[in-house]
Amino acid sequence: MKKIVHPYIPNSVPAVQEAMLKEIGANSIDELFDCIPEEIRFKGKLNVPRALSSEYELRRHVDSMLNRNVSCEEYISFLGAGCYQHHVPAVCEEIAGRSEFLTAYAGEPYEDHGRFMSLFEYTSMMAELLDVDVVNVPTYSWGQASATSLRMAGRITKRDVVLVASNVSPERYKIMKNYCGDVMTMLMVATDDKGLIDIQDLKNKLDEGVAGLYFENPSYHGVLETQAREIADLLHENGSLMMVGVDPTSLGVIAPPSSYGADIITGDVQALGNHMNYGGGMGGFIASDDREEIVMEYPSRLFGIAPTSKKGELGFGDVAYDRTSFGVRENGKEFVGTHAALHGIVAGVYLALMGPQGMVDLGQSILKKSHYAAKCMGALEGVKLCYPETPHFKEFAVDFSDTGMTVQSINQKLLEQGIFGGVDLSSDFPYMGQSALYCVTEVQTKASIDRLIEALQTILKGCEA
Amino acid sequence: MAMQREQRVRNFHQAKWDEPCIFELGTEGERGQLLPEVEPDIEAVVGDVFASLPEVLQRKTRAKLPEMAEMQVLRHYLRMSQATLGADLNVDIGQGTCTMKYSPKVNERIVRNHKLMETHPLQDESTVQGTLEAVYGLDEILQEISGMNKFTFQPGGGSQAILTIASLMKAYHEANGEGDQRDEIITTIFSHPSNAAAPKVKGYKVVTLYYDEHGVPDFEALKNAVSERTAGIFITNPEDTGIYNDKIKEFTRVVHEVGGLCAYDQANLNGIMGITRAKEADFDMCFFNLHKTFSAPHGCGGPACGALGVTDVLKPFLPVPLVEKTGSAYTLNYDMPLSIGKIRGFIGVTPVIVKAYAWARSLGAEGLVEAAKVAVLNNNYLLKHIREIPGASAPLSDVKYRIEQVRYSWIDLCEETGVSTHDISLRMADYGFHLWSSHHPFIVPEPFTIEPTESYSKVELDEYLAGLRQVVKECRETPEVVKTAPHNSVIHRVDESVLDDPSKWAITWRLFKKKQGFEL
Repeated sequence: MKKIVHPYIPNSVPAVQEAMLKEIGANSIDELFDCIPEEIRFKGKLNVPRALSSEYELRRHVDSMLNRNVSCEEYISFLGAGCYQHHVPAVCEEIAGRSEFLTAYAGEPYEDHGRFMSLFEYTSMMAELLDVDVVNVPTYSWGQASATSLRMAGRITKRDVVLVASNVSPERYKIMKNYCGDVMTMLMVATDDKGLIDIQDLKNKLDEGVAGLYFENPSYHGVLETQAREIADLLHENGSLMMVGVDPTSLGVIAPPSSYGADIITGDVQALGNHMNYGGGMGGFIASDDREEIVMEYPSRLFGIAPTSKKGELGFGDVAYDRTSFGVRENGKEFVGTHAALHGIVAGVYLALMGPQGMVDLGQSILKKSHYAAKCMGALEGVKLCYPETPHFKEFAVDFSDTGMTVQSINQKLLEQGIFGGVDLSSDFPYMGQSALYCVTEVQTKASIDRLIEALQTILKGCEA
Repeated sequence: MAMQREQRVRNFHQAKWDEPCIFELGTEGERGQLLPEVEPDIEAVVGDVFASLPEVLQRKTRAKLPEMAEMQVLRHYLRMSQATLGADLNVDIGQGTCTMKYSPKVNERIVRNHKLMETHPLQDESTVQGTLEAVYGLDEILQEISGMNKFTFQPGGGSQAILTIASLMKAYHEANGEGDQRDEIITTIFSHPSNAAAPKVKGYKVVTLYYDEHGVPDFEALKNAVSERTAGIFITNPEDTGIYNDKIKEFTRVVHEVGGLCAYDQANLNGIMGITRAKEADFDMCFFNLHKTFSAPHGCGGPACGALGVTDVLKPFLPVPLVEKTGSAYTLNYDMPLSIGKIRGFIGVTPVIVKAYAWARSLGAEGLVEAAKVAVLNNNYLLKHIREIPGASAPLSDVKYRIEQVRYSWIDLCEETGVSTHDISLRMADYGFHLWSSHHPFIVPEPFTIEPTESYSKVELDEYLAGLRQVVKECRETPEVVKTAPHNSVIHRVDESVLDDPSKWAITWRLFKKKQGFEL
């Protein structure tokens, strides 16, 4: 049988292999593997599905697989909870797909100048949005960013207790718990019936061992923490830090955490021009002011601007590289590796496209549309908003308990009508009863929200009957 | 007839646009995007929501972002892309350990499908069966390549896979009542820095093995290091030196004898794929970098995936959810009471998983093994020729062959001419090549690491060799040219002193403007 020369493997050509072996002085390719003992050789043929060597066959196979999915472009989606449907500008897609950015990795700040500069510009634009001076090259996701913020607080204050608001994302909490739980004590701070941090519980838990408090604003349940300044004062009087997770799409209209005293700010760049990709679009940011004692505790790459030997040129490089595990292995700050750089570059493109007014418009649109949806849902019989008196952004929790139906069954019926209902909160937050977290962004229209309301009316009426 | 690139280097110059920082571009009032309107009917119902917010929550001043029209943003970033030497453009074999292989374009086309891009991770499982099928399919393929029993794709890169391994070790020993007692992990100096750093995050003490006279981890040192305190070993084979440790099964035996677990960092899988597996060497866990061996592009440093496989004993501890198959339906299993919880959001970087699946399906059983064999052939072809370059050497071992990469040294050349490996790497950029030194610490003096993978043709390997020979020649004849390189790259040599000076470092543009610590 004639050997197949696969298009990805040019030196499969037998004559080329023979020539190369001759130069090496080997009789066969197998001889190159003589160092591997027989005992641990894999014998036989890999039992994997047959090769789809032609591009056509491959594409047809994987396309037909993915085409079994239903996307949020086909159905109306009110899902959020850490991954958000926003419009992705065409220029973001174009830059995300550029060969150079897509296939670069770890070159020097010379031949990869564009990589360094684009990431520097990303951090610089995020710094403007967050109104801070320092932002990292993205880490894996918001959960990782928040977990690192707890570790940073521990090292900065030399304390090992961290407080976490009980209404943070359960998924991010699990990430933080795994990342911090072995060397730090994590205590939950209760929330009150308005969905806000219980100040008395916070006071009770604050002592000289507390490194800081982490909360999210808006919270996982969408509510905006109105007592943030008071909380910051309490923490700072205690020598503790305030770490705040934030939704960057809120920051055109909502005050950035730095304005009410946050020391370390975290969040995710997925919503800034990166497709949801079934949760694959995430990238975490960590931000702070430029205090040396904070900067030196970042584990991430930090890119800085620098002069070159030629006047007028913009150069870049790693700031304080010897902080990192790349520099000093286990003596570095946590660890660093391949994270989510391209998502950061794309988020930079997004912020440049949106500009100051675009981010205001985005925030206004989300505020209004999500409040419209909340108002309509709260007016449905048997349905009530969990925190009707507290301002919210993008997401809000709705309690269906009085309808006699479970969120699961409501969502199943919505699905039949081409609607992804809100995330079911009943197992993660049993005290909230049959509640769901609804998310409304700028991509929803009055018509799509009204369709949800009509569908819910029909479903809930059917239940009464 | 292919042109004879071994004869000469290119008269190269990278694109240089002298492009200003984005904050110096644009004009007040320009817009790059407009948003869909908020319908008047909505406005009528909700009124001015912003005004109703408590004052402390209102943002009063607009963020000082650039104001640019759409095409101007595009052009700026296209210029930035041209100032980036991606693997699609160069013979990218000089970033050893990174497995810079071809990332097939068809796979990029496949994932640019709204049925993947615009799916939400909490959609009903019935609406994402295609994605779950691809994940499950890759899981089965990786099980075969490793001999492990189940994979998680949640880690967003190799380092996060290492963190996951450390977390699994902790959970396993705790479940056996030995969590406190087993507080040490063992790794090796030629393993990726994260093998030492990530376990420390989990509270482990780190013991590092050095190498013996054959350039592989010192077995006697391992025997002295193991004890009832050993939680496990994190080891790579071959390490970044490219030298295969033929005693690897002895290593796992010694660790198992004291009750420790064995984790195999397979970032360097590419040369042994289908040749030898984690299972036959008695490992309990291993991980593959889908953005390296399995062809997903590196994206300037992620998004990525460290796919982690474990034996049945460790499966209950994996992060939730796992993709499983019930009848003909694919499901997400969250019901794992012993799970370590979460490592990253949702199930992982899904497009990377789908690209890896597509790559493996394209090659099939023979193709996967052929990729490994050609990667090793290419590496040994380079090794033969680089050893012949006066001033270059392949230290640590005199074995004739290495696996998929080699950590070389310029020490002889540097002592002779006064140039450094850093200088040489910057001069290579003048000819359109990357050349990476290696991870710190520099155990091999003046190191450089080359990994050709299976993707490059013999003609291209010869062209890279011609580049190396040219720069070596310059080191002897015109060393100043090398010491002041790059000359044909995007920018000239950076004054790095400002980057370590807290009074001058400028991590953002606004900090640069505030500090005015230096002039450009």
